Amino acid sequence: MDCRLRVCAGEEKRVGTRTVVVGHRPVSETDAYVAQKFCDNRIVSSKYTLWNFLPKNLFEQFRRIANFYFLIIFLVQVIVDTPTSPVTSGLPLFFVITVTAIKQGYEDWLRHRADNEVNKSNVFIVENAKQVQKESEKIKVGDIVEVKADETFPCDLIFLASSSPDGTCYVTTASLDGESNFKTHYAVRDTTVLCTDEAIDTLTATIECEQPQPDLYKSLGPENLLLKGATLKNTQKIYGVAVYTGMETKMALNYQGKSQKRSAVEKSINGFLIVYLCILLSKATVCTTLKYVWQSNPFNDEPWYNEKTKKEKETFKVLRMFTDFLSFMVLFNFIIPVSMYVTVEMQKFLGSFFISWDKEMYDEEIKEGALVNTSDLNEELGQVEYVFTDKTGTLTENSMEFIECCIDGHKYKDCISEVDGFSQTDGPLKYYGKSREELFLRALCLCHTVQIKEADQVDGLMGHPERKYTYISSSPDEIALVKGAEKYGFTFLGLENDFMKIRNQKNETEMYQLLHVLNFDPVRRRMSVIVRTTTGKLFLFCKGADSSIFPRVQQEEIQQTKVHVDRNAMDGYRTLCVAFKELTQKEYDKIDKQLNEAKMALQDREEKMAKVFEDTEADMHLIGATAVEDRLQEQLAETIEALHAAGMKVWVLTGDKMETAKSTCYACRLFQTSTELLELTARTVGVNFLMSDSKHVPCVPRSWTLTQEYGLIIDGATLSLILNPSQDSGSSNYKNIFLQICLKCAAVLCCRMAPLQKAQIVRMVKNTKGSPITLSVGDGANDVSMILEAHVGIGIKGKEGRQASRNSDYAVPKFKHLRKLLLAHGHLYYVRIAHLVQYFFYKNLCFILPQFLYQFFCGFSQQPLYDAAYLTMYNICFTSLPILAYSLLEQHINIDTLTSDPQLYMKVSDNAMLQWRPFLYWTFLGAFEGLVFFFGVYFLFQNSSLEDNGKVFGNWTFGTIVFTVLVFTVTLKLALDTRFWTWMNHFVIWGSLAFYVFFSFFWGGVIWPFLKQQRMYFVFTHMLTSVSTWLAIILLIFISLFPEILLIVLKSIKEKNHQVRNEVMYCCFATPADGDCQQCQAHHSHPAESLPCSLLAQRCWASQQHCTVTPAALHCHPSRVPAAACACPPSCSPSFPAAAAASPALGQHVVCCQPALTSCHWVSWP
Amino acid sequence: MAVNYSAKEEADGHPAGGAMPGGAGGAVKTRKPDNTAFKQQRLPAWQPILTAGTVLPAFFIIGLIFIPIGIGIFVTSNNIREYEIDYTGTEPSSPCNKCLNVSWDSTPPCTCTINFTLEHSFESNVFMYYGLSNFYQNHRRYVKSRDDSQLNGDNSSLLNPSKECEPYRTNEDKPIAPCGAIANSMFNDTLELYRIDNDTRTPITLIKKGIAWWTDKNVKFRNPTGDGNNLTALFQGTTKPVNWPKPVYMLDSEPDNNGFINEDFIVWMRTAALPTFRKLYRLIERKNNLQPTLQAGKYSLDIAYNYPVHSFDGRKRMILSTISWMGGKNPFLGIAYITVGSICFFLGVVLLIIHHKYGNRNTSADIPN
Repeated sequence: MDCRLRVCAGEEKRVGTRTVVVGHRPVSETDAYVAQKFCDNRIVSSKYTLWNFLPKNLFEQFRRIANFYFLIIFLVQVIVDTPTSPVTSGLPLFFVITVTAIKQGYEDWLRHRADNEVNKSNVFIVENAKQVQKESEKIKVGDIVEVKADETFPCDLIFLASSSPDGTCYVTTASLDGESNFKTHYAVRDTTVLCTDEAIDTLTATIECEQPQPDLYKSLGPENLLLKGATLKNTQKIYGVAVYTGMETKMALNYQGKSQKRSAVEKSINGFLIVYLCILLSKATVCTTLKYVWQSNPFNDEPWYNEKTKKEKETFKVLRMFTDFLSFMVLFNFIIPVSMYVTVEMQKFLGSFFISWDKEMYDEEIKEGALVNTSDLNEELGQVEYVFTDKTGTLTENSMEFIECCIDGHKYKDCISEVDGFSQTDGPLKYYGKSREELFLRALCLCHTVQIKEADQVDGLMGHPERKYTYISSSPDEIALVKGAEKYGFTFLGLENDFMKIRNQKNETEMYQLLHVLNFDPVRRRMSVIVRTTTGKLFLFCKGADSSIFPRVQQEEIQQTKVHVDRNAMDGYRTLCVAFKELTQKEYDKIDKQLNEAKMALQDREEKMAKVFEDTEADMHLIGATAVEDRLQEQLAETIEALHAAGMKVWVLTGDKMETAKSTCYACRLFQTSTELLELTARTVGVNFLMSDSKHVPCVPRSWTLTQEYGLIIDGATLSLILNPSQDSGSSNYKNIFLQICLKCAAVLCCRMAPLQKAQIVRMVKNTKGSPITLSVGDGANDVSMILEAHVGIGIKGKEGRQASRNSDYAVPKFKHLRKLLLAHGHLYYVRIAHLVQYFFYKNLCFILPQFLYQFFCGFSQQPLYDAAYLTMYNICFTSLPILAYSLLEQHINIDTLTSDPQLYMKVSDNAMLQWRPFLYWTFLGAFEGLVFFFGVYFLFQNSSLEDNGKVFGNWTFGTIVFTVLVFTVTLKLALDTRFWTWMNHFVIWGSLAFYVFFSFFWGGVIWPFLKQQRMYFVFTHMLTSVSTWLAIILLIFISLFPEILLIVLKSIKEKNHQVRNEVMYCCFATPADGDCQQCQAHHSHPAESLPCSLLAQRCWASQQHCTVTPAALHCHPSRVPAAACACPPSCSPSFPAAAAASPALGQHVVCCQPALTSCHWVSWP
Repeated sequence: MAVNYSAKEEADGHPAGGAMPGGAGGAVKTRKPDNTAFKQQRLPAWQPILTAGTVLPAFFIIGLIFIPIGIGIFVTSNNIREYEIDYTGTEPSSPCNKCLNVSWDSTPPCTCTINFTLEHSFESNVFMYYGLSNFYQNHRRYVKSRDDSQLNGDNSSLLNPSKECEPYRTNEDKPIAPCGAIANSMFNDTLELYRIDNDTRTPITLIKKGIAWWTDKNVKFRNPTGDGNNLTALFQGTTKPVNWPKPVYMLDSEPDNNGFINEDFIVWMRTAALPTFRKLYRLIERKNNLQPTLQAGKYSLDIAYNYPVHSFDGRKRMILSTISWMGGKNPFLGIAYITVGSICFFLGVVLLIIHHKYGNRNTSADIPN
């Protein structure tokens, strides 16, 4: 981002830049000012306007293949003489289209409202030395805007002047990139003084800057560009000139279009649809062909009793064949049910309420539950293979807390008293004796860049009601450290005229002159300060990552501290080491000179500075280490382990720096101690490598060990090198190699990611072979692009604004809620909708197949088998509600079981229930039943009479018997599949059948004045007076359901068989010392098939109903195999003292406690 | 491009705003989901587990129920007497061969007589059917070629029949009553049955009422209404169907079986489901309990052969049948029941053996050590 303020114009206008005239005052009259067109500051996210809604919406709806198909069928019915009336398909279609249009219209109205809220919000613009209140959307490029504290910037601004005299302001970009700390921005130097309305109005200038670009990180650098969406903090007001507005702001450019997401289930539906379309077409073709073969015989074509109408005789044969084909299409078109789309939509819409109603996903703190923005993706939640998660605010709580420190190998916690003498002090303290601790605390107080903010202003990040001041820093760690020191009695009071004030334990104020700050940089990974005490002593205090401090201190000091640091790091704390050295005046003078020289250097300044830093920070003495906790969200590790166990891969994509991210990954057990890390970062690759275009990616081990778990760490800079290869053609397959590595790693951590890079990663994985289902979780605006990119986007209703949750498909209060959302809700919705889809195709196949077969017996004349009312009502009334209730209420496995046993999730992975195999099964079932219905009744009708009075039935009775069998069979089939019978299921299933019977009586009981034909008059009643018909209906229903029942029996026998072999004896151990650390050991019943320990543990996990994992138990297992330790089931009674003798043999798996066998019992798993 | 956000909410959602938790707590309306069984998906539910243990007994029970029913039906069906004569006359030896190429308007009608012998006597009421083969009463063009409101006695439809009746809607600019192909092709053979006893032909009384559905006869089919009961006057302005020798108001002499409510006509108007079908023609009632309805012996069937079927390769039959509680003779249902019941029973046995085999192992495992 190149943004320069020119006081006078004259240079040639460069291509690709824009010239902004501040305050619309031409710089000079002579300068030919060509007004550039800029877009206004209106944000438009809505799709429709009032005028284009109808045509645009209809167009979009009919672009859907199914809708278009139904439209065609409808038109055919209107135009051609078809066996069924246009109403039968026109009415459902109209219903679908209307409902969808209303829904989309409503959603767009909400978007309009949201846009208006932003666009109509008030801003102040300085015009003619006066403040003018305007609506946000009226801001034009070049306007001078005044922004007050805690307001968001309405557009991208160049910072001209601030209320503070030094021309600075603090800004938080939490809603842009998720970093919630305050960043300092500086006003353009020449205009800093213009801090009143009048003064600013006198400014005459033009700005030349780049055309809008989406790259957020490049642009965040310039210190005088304020981005739209960021919030002004701790500064009364600022003046800025608008340079990018509306859709051209960085923020808008960083959002991708919210394209309509389609679920995998919908793709499967489309696949099946094509199969059924083929079936339909072939049926129609077969019938048309056979019709003309049959009709080639003249007495078949036109017997004397059935002459053609004049019109029929006159039409051309080809045209007649074509209309016949269309007629057959219409006759059989019910095989592709329009009602399925309605039911699916209803299921999704209504089903999504259960997510927002779930009280387990309600968070007491923010007083909110889950939010569903899209109901289209419910089932996708059950198919997730990759989880991409943001770190700050998603995995962590985004609040740092000082936990403990270690001074000279002694651990201190809470108060300055030794907690745990890990290694006894041996030998005298070399420097300050007992005040070693004080030195450490002073170091904490001095070695930072924290600023003090008086609390009379609006408090910021670390605001605390009682405190009179707040700390501000670009690093939350530093604040935590300073506050930690304060807890121990050393309070940092601020910086005044280069003197740092500290109040020590005795309440005395100490003053230190701050001589130099050797700033933090990610390469060095440490920072230092040089201070002079009042007594004239010179100290250098340095703090940094252990890896960067240890090589620079006395080697003999390291050991003691290292133990603590490693332990803290394993616990997931962010550790920093503190070191110091005393400088003589002579040394200091040298350093001072070198530093000043390096600062003044015109060339290679960075390198020279780095060298001076390197030289200065050497030969130090280690004082201690600190442990700061970025508190992880509750139940994070459990959740991630559950996701892992459910077969998902979790990737962390964060804008945060690597060290922090890494420690979080360890803390949440994404990386385990056994995981071998592959680092692919700017540091390992090297800055020089980034600049050059080297041909190979380093750090990839040549041999890939299968048993080893790998974790990959990559940063944004390296990633952009891989994903956006420069001119180099050979580098294009970097992406492939990288992807292969990534997919093999158990966990991947990407740090320093720009929002769009996150989306890039997601897209990359999304487009790999097999197109796995991806899910993104995030809480900040910087996650929005990846949330939009992934198949499913989840927003965390965190502290960083509402951007993420607003753009997400689902929003939950906490990361831990993912567990229930995916494992229980997702799984259930998937099973429900998959069953719904299969069932719909099945029931329409066996609905239409008899009608097809009937054509063979009615001279291929397109005579419908069923009455028009039955044709229309079958899908709408008779068989719709049971499946809808099923698809809303079914729990084939209990919710609690689903949540606690993540491996069940894998049962439905890969769209298992909508693969071709189950589809074929359902199709065959439908075909079989269709055949049974038709031929069963066909053979029944060989009889002269079915009534005991000798009277005969006609064709409508034939159809009604088939239809009755059909309705009962498909409903009972669903009843067989239902595993969760609530009163609603009972009501709709038996109610539907009762309604069918009632309707049939009613429909046949009246001579309907509006009907042309009274063909159903008393047909149903007569049918029921015949005993034969009753017997036939019962028989046919039973035959149709028989294969299904048989299958259930066979499955049950098979499972039983399976279960017996998996029977395992669990022996429970309880330690007398620690009740929490109960161990449950598995011992296989067949010793010959003894299993390795880890496998046993896995099995232990699988039998959740008997063993539950306790975190305490997990903690004590070094290999961290999930559920290696389980708590004993309640049924474990100490009834087996005799078996205690066996315990040594079993006890070898028990790790942390000496076990005492209390009981053994048998459990089995599914 | 969807940029959904509002500046207002951003400010609200920021940690700065949340710095004082509970500051505005009182005003926050609780959005806590209701803890109802329905909303938490915890409705009390019956969760059936279909296992071999529960289903296999059902197999036995179904087998045990179905087999007796099947046997019952089968026996009943076998006890039904049925006699069928094909009188199409395609074979040259057939007495009706001379009438094979008869046309609609041949006067006087071609008549033929077929003699036959009943081996067994027909004990209960006998139903006389005529049967047609290869006659597509279920052809779509045919099925819809009728006007039910005309048949229901609607006067406007009488004079202006539905378009569906084309090409049998009007004749010589007069509306046809009853219109349509179905009515036009009404079966018009006359069948008479004689018992031959020592060369004397005793006519057997054939009852022509009570062969149609009661609802059809009394509700669905109505003669046009108007002044008086003179059907001739009521059908004024209409013409007879092309193929009929006489108009609809001259179908029968009895007024309650004439016009649209003629039962032969009503029976014909109920279109058959399949191209081979039977329709009830006459009833032969049992006179007294001492004598069977039709004794075994010789009979002759007199046919007024009017109905041409040869042109479309059709067949005509006359069927005499007794009826049981389950209707006419039909071995299908009985056999099907027996088969399904047997399969059920057999599978039940086989599966029970398999189940038992594994079940044994299971129970033994329950005892630890």
